[in-house]
Amino acid sequence: MMMANSIRQEPSAKTGERLLDVKGLTIEIETRNGPATIVDGIDLHVDKGETLGIVGESGCGKSLTMLSMMRLLPNKIKVTKGEANFAGRDLQKMSNSELRRVRGGEVGFIFQDPMTSLNPVMRIGQQLAEPLIYHRGMSKAEARKRAGELLKLVGIPGAEDRLDAYPHELSGGMRQRVMIAIGLACNPQLLIADEPTTALDVTIQAQIVDLVKDLRDKLGMSVVWITHDLALIAGLVDRINVLYAGTVVEDAPVDALFANPSHPYTQGLLASIPKLSDERSTRLSSIGGTPPEPGRRPKGCPFAPRCPLAEAICHDRVPTLEGLNHDGAHRVACFVAQRKLEAA
Amino acid sequence: MMAAQPLMRIEHLVKHFHVRLGAFGERAATVHALDDVNFDIFEGETLSLVGESGCGKSTTGFTLLNLHRATEGKVIYQGKNIVELDEKAMRPYRRQLQIVFQDPYSTLNPRMTIGEAVGEPILFHKLATKAELKDRIATLLADVGLPPRFASRYPHELSGGQRQRVAIARALACQPKFIVCDEAISALDVSVQAQIINLLLDLQQKYGLTYLFIAHDLAVVRHISDRVGVMYLGRLAELATREELFEHPLHPYTKALLSAVPEADPAHERSRKRQILQGDVPSPLSPPSGCRFHTRCPIAMDICSKAVPEWREARPGHMVACHAVTEGLLG
Repeated sequence: MMMANSIRQEPSAKTGERLLDVKGLTIEIETRNGPATIVDGIDLHVDKGETLGIVGESGCGKSLTMLSMMRLLPNKIKVTKGEANFAGRDLQKMSNSELRRVRGGEVGFIFQDPMTSLNPVMRIGQQLAEPLIYHRGMSKAEARKRAGELLKLVGIPGAEDRLDAYPHELSGGMRQRVMIAIGLACNPQLLIADEPTTALDVTIQAQIVDLVKDLRDKLGMSVVWITHDLALIAGLVDRINVLYAGTVVEDAPVDALFANPSHPYTQGLLASIPKLSDERSTRLSSIGGTPPEPGRRPKGCPFAPRCPLAEAICHDRVPTLEGLNHDGAHRVACFVAQRKLEAA
Repeated sequence: MMAAQPLMRIEHLVKHFHVRLGAFGERAATVHALDDVNFDIFEGETLSLVGESGCGKSTTGFTLLNLHRATEGKVIYQGKNIVELDEKAMRPYRRQLQIVFQDPYSTLNPRMTIGEAVGEPILFHKLATKAELKDRIATLLADVGLPPRFASRYPHELSGGQRQRVAIARALACQPKFIVCDEAISALDVSVQAQIINLLLDLQQKYGLTYLFIAHDLAVVRHISDRVGVMYLGRLAELATREELFEHPLHPYTKALLSAVPEADPAHERSRKRQILQGDVPSPLSPPSGCRFHTRCPIAMDICSKAVPEWREARPGHMVACHAVTEGLLG
């Protein structure tokens, strides 16, 4: 693992400079039966200007990792081990007041459901101005002017007139645009988008994906896009991390992941998406069983109980992420995939 | 596979909801949920309805099962207009016409075991004696891929996919001819979704079932449907076989909808030029005049805001409601 790290070169990275570097982060939740591990020593990183897609099914820890790292979750969910470096500083060692400067300032967020993340009794303009006044020390008038510009930036028609609207007066797609505007208010270096289109219709989803793509290119920020939909991020991200039961099972540049998925779980996920070329009623391949519950993690590889290729070693030891190609840009945590590579 | 005689014929179906608006409910208004919807459902086929939130696809499913009282129009099933029947007269048809919902957690009674939930409709419709019941429940659970020991469990002990299997078993318990699947797989994870799609296709083959599949995921719809109908703001915009609709869409809304669907192919996605619709779906409280899509249509003409386009057959078996198609400007 350490070795793989030290020899790894930066694949799709645009500058190769680490913006976010998470190492061995373990997250536990307090339950009636004592602490249960939800995220188990996760490693992930985002380079400057890079867009990372984090993919996984419900409960795999994809949102949890990002939110707990920023201390945005209730007290019973805790980071117990590991570090998360953002622009060279360890977020876990920061005081709450230091972290508040980072959240909403250098790191922007967009959440899934704008109706629950926007304050229903506050005008849009005020909600947009809040981070500008807090982080940037702008006056109310300056902040309001900037808020109008931000609404224009995210394509809200009649932007300045909308500053005095309340969230319920906007449609779902418009509310999500307001969320994006708030996330971008302080020109963040990193935008964390947590399933921002899941609650939206497909034509609105396409608008939002295109908007984030445009803004990213315009503003040169890094983006982490958390989703369960591999197809959605195919044209959006540089690199994908596939999560299963709180660990990264595959890390690859986007093209390599779709062309040569190497973890049996990634393969299963891709195969269960219906394709254009399928005949009607061909059976979709599916992954049998369900993911492990927190606190009931199997001993070896967490995917082994559902894995069609599992061998004795898989039930016994936990595989680590190892490079599959010469420069280590495509990494997979699977004994079987790694052995196949050695044999070839 | 398709018989010439439709299993169900939907004629000029209209559903309006009367609501009261304003903080004190002082304003009466009408939601135009469904307006003049016409189509046939053939025996043994899977007909899908797609469209965005509020387009009326679920309302269609509810109204044609007489779960919502139709405002106007007919649903002819076995020679009878079932939407004018009262609850008692409807009962024999209820057994044959079933529905599976999106969220099995809120449709299963948390205090009933799985066995009781699946057994309830069997006893209600007197489809088995008490003595036969246990075997019948075991058979149904086996049909949906659950072991017999699940009969004594409660819904909270099951995963989402397993609960959806129970909801399907409950629908099957009545030996139905026709099942409305109302977003039945939308809440499930991708890998589990594939299991349930396979199950639905297997059961269709085994029991000759007819499905009305209501969904917003076009990739899934393309996979399982024989025919697909596209709805927009309470009206059908287009209806055709799966191949026709996905290969030769005619309606500008269908084209935009298809263009918005992402494909699991990075190179294709990056190079793809999407046709992105501007704006949002208008409110069904005051739908636009004429063609309801004209406010967002990239090729709208004068006539589109004035006259409702006729629902007509543009190619064999391919129905569409669009002035541009009628005038030969498209297609």
